Amino acid sequence: MPTHTFKLNGKQISVDAEDSVRLLWVLRDLLGVTGPKYGCALNVCKACTSHINGKAFNPCSVPVKDVSSSDEITTIEGLPDTVGKDLHPMQEAWLEYDVAQCGYCQPGQIMAAVAKVKQVRAEGREITDADLDELRNICRCGTYTRIREAVKAGAEHMGA
Amino acid sequence: MTEHRRSLASPSEEKPGLLGRRRVLGYLIAAPTLAVGVSWLVNDSDPRPADAAVPSLAQPADVFDLGDLQNLAAAPTSGLITVELRTDGTAHFAVPRAEVGQGITTAFAMIVAEELDLPIEKVEISLADARPELLMNQLTGGSNSMRSMYVPVRTAAAITRQRLIEVAALQWGVAVDKVTAAAGVLTGPNGLTATYGALATAAAVTKTVKVAAQLKAKADFKVLGKPHNRVDAHAIVTGRKQFAMDLHVKGAKPTMVARPPTINGTLRGINNLAALRALPGVTDVVGITHGVAIRADTFGQCIDAIQKVDATWGPGTVDDESDATVLKKLRAAQLPMAVPPLLAQTIDAEFVFAFASNSPLEPDCAIADVRADSAEIWSSLKVPIVAQEDIAKQLGLPVDAVKVHVVQGGGSFGRHLFHDVAAEAAEISQKMGKPVKLSWSRTDNFRQGRTHPMSTSRVRVNYAAGNVISYEQRHTSVQTDFGHGLGEMLTAYAADLPIAGNLSFAESIFELTQTSPYNFGVTTQLLNEVPLKFNTGSMRNIYSPNVVCAEELMVDQLAAKMGQDPVRFRRSFLKDQRLLAVLDKAAEVGNWGKAMPKGTAQGIGVHSEYRAAVATLVEIDCRPATVDRPLPVEGVTGPRVTKAVIVVDPGFCINPKGLEAQMFGGLQDAIALALTSSLHIKDGIPLEGSWDNYFYTREWNSPLDVQVVIMPNTSDSPSGAGELAVAPAFAAVACAYARATGTLPKYFPINHGTLGFEPLPVQPSTPQSPTDGLDHTF
Repeated sequence: MPTHTFKLNGKQISVDAEDSVRLLWVLRDLLGVTGPKYGCALNVCKACTSHINGKAFNPCSVPVKDVSSSDEITTIEGLPDTVGKDLHPMQEAWLEYDVAQCGYCQPGQIMAAVAKVKQVRAEGREITDADLDELRNICRCGTYTRIREAVKAGAEHMGA
Repeated sequence: MTEHRRSLASPSEEKPGLLGRRRVLGYLIAAPTLAVGVSWLVNDSDPRPADAAVPSLAQPADVFDLGDLQNLAAAPTSGLITVELRTDGTAHFAVPRAEVGQGITTAFAMIVAEELDLPIEKVEISLADARPELLMNQLTGGSNSMRSMYVPVRTAAAITRQRLIEVAALQWGVAVDKVTAAAGVLTGPNGLTATYGALATAAAVTKTVKVAAQLKAKADFKVLGKPHNRVDAHAIVTGRKQFAMDLHVKGAKPTMVARPPTINGTLRGINNLAALRALPGVTDVVGITHGVAIRADTFGQCIDAIQKVDATWGPGTVDDESDATVLKKLRAAQLPMAVPPLLAQTIDAEFVFAFASNSPLEPDCAIADVRADSAEIWSSLKVPIVAQEDIAKQLGLPVDAVKVHVVQGGGSFGRHLFHDVAAEAAEISQKMGKPVKLSWSRTDNFRQGRTHPMSTSRVRVNYAAGNVISYEQRHTSVQTDFGHGLGEMLTAYAADLPIAGNLSFAESIFELTQTSPYNFGVTTQLLNEVPLKFNTGSMRNIYSPNVVCAEELMVDQLAAKMGQDPVRFRRSFLKDQRLLAVLDKAAEVGNWGKAMPKGTAQGIGVHSEYRAAVATLVEIDCRPATVDRPLPVEGVTGPRVTKAVIVVDPGFCINPKGLEAQMFGGLQDAIALALTSSLHIKDGIPLEGSWDNYFYTREWNSPLDVQVVIMPNTSDSPSGAGELAVAPAFAAVACAYARATGTLPKYFPINHGTLGFEPLPVQPSTPQSPTDGLDHTF
């Protein structure tokens, strides 16, 4: 079985897995990193949203062989470390607005929100409702109103 | 039990000077540290039987009396709910309910913190394993958790606090009234202090005794009624909250099932068993009743193997059914109207509501470890006792050999009333002889999982001279399965209750939940069911969303015929003062009647259930530019609800933040039911296979302006909240759509007639995952 190596939440790791196994299952079933959730494995629900080299992606739809040794994968568990704090400002905002209900989608929502804010910042602007309309992450509990409030608040406390 | 009731009612036992404080009873239980138990039956917080609904739970005493009381007699504390205080100063309560996002763990933590005067951080709420001795008191449904447990949990906490004070007074040799309790610390004269934890052992008793205590007066509340964040919020935002799939149970490897091409199809044979067993990562393959179970090192390899399954399938239970055939059967079964359209003007209308999926975001998941003489199950279960009984029977084990753990659920919406996935996990584990972690795939959840069935609502109103003379509603539905415990338990424990088979039980539920809030003369609302073999179940708010939507649309029609404004018309005909109050408030806050551009409109809906009252006002934009708006992402658009005002009278509000959250959720469900989300049945199976087919409300369809107004308390008792907001919001969206477009919508959701996606193939039953994820980063 091939060995794959990549940087996961700040640590270089190696894992044995068949090439085609999607990264989500490598993370969850082989490495025990369960923050990214399984909601569809069809790249639709976005519950597994994580970051690759700082950009949002869905590990349910990436074969592990496509991740190279220099790639940095960040899951919700590693998000605070990216800002060197106990919690990322987006997580703080999620607490402030008490966004979650069941919580199943929320790790993915937070990871998507951080990437979306960074994306619009790179375009030289601040996040708008139109940008938030582009978030595909499903919340079946219907927390969208608080998500909008929290993303805007979290963005204010995120560095450039 | 009757004895307890008498003593409760006895006024001589009320201490003078404590008006407004309620005396309650419980037990100090023999345990190593202080433990207090309270019976559900003694301190019934919700004794009025009026709208007993699913909640015949409001009157469990009858069931207990009729049931087997031997266990209770033998062990008087066996059916109690118990709060324990530990030496570290933490209080523990294993709630016999399921947390699925509705916020009951937070509410119970607040209740314990309040009556115990303990910081909420020191209150730990867990979910109790299946406790058969609780009978029907371990069922999470009917928005009943707070209504049924508010007083019992307060009682247990109040007795705990009182016992600590007594023990401190005894140890210090001072009078009880010289000891105060606050923030987990007892304080006496001359600087005497002790933490609760320090007294937890001394306060324990060696023999269980019955004691009385007094609840706090509402005016003294410091925690209850104040906004509080979820107790699990930190675990959620850090990814640490564990759902069934996140649990590590030794040897329980990922398992999925390849399924037949139609609902409830059966497995006749596996044609390539050896090849499947040889696939990479696969450890076991067995045939089960409804598919081929595959256990592997990763769920991904289960999905890979599903692609390769070559099986022969037997027919399902509804292979010849499609939307049109079901609708035809429903129409044939509609009960006749009683009042002929004579001497009055009549409006007749029929509304159709498509099949809808109650699947939460978390796919159904269960861990099962079945051994020769025992079994252990982990899953999100709202009725764990029935799961335990059924699974024991299925496995051929005694009930007490099956341990059932209730795991927090990633949503429920009715799905977890049933234990289908746990039963299937048990079947697989038994056949493989190994522990399994079974997850249904997303496609399984939509296509083989339970649905809220298709229904029609026919309404006829007769009106004359400014009055409504009759209101008749005939709701006809594909049979809804209530076999998740209530039916069985009532039958098992109370054979002489007027319940005979599912049909009359469903009718009972309907009659106990549906009431017209209007003075419309002769009013009848009846249910008839068609017994088709779909996998059905309740969905958030059961019948109410459809029934209330139909009724409120007719109310708007009536208002128009009588030349009245919809809000003014409702004011004239509403019976209930609480509904009138929320209606007026919604109209005021939402600026009802303001000028709106053509193609946009306001709509309003009111509803009373679970002893609460709600009015929802929405604004909708049905202009072509909005309906056909281009999205930068792929997705269904249609009309957009742009604003919503929800006014709720919750009786007594325990946690405004939690209540507001439930109102938000109900609104988004309602938008989906009215505009976008349904299952299309074709040749015995839903076409929907992913969240891009089943259009639950997404960010781009959610309103930007949502306001929740919580009315001042109108009661000392909390009402139900979890399902409360769906029906009035559904009605409001439908009414707004009708007013904006000038067309009465008659088929819901309004986009059901257009299939907005390319269906996934029905075989393989779970599609392969994409591989191009890195092309979609942002």
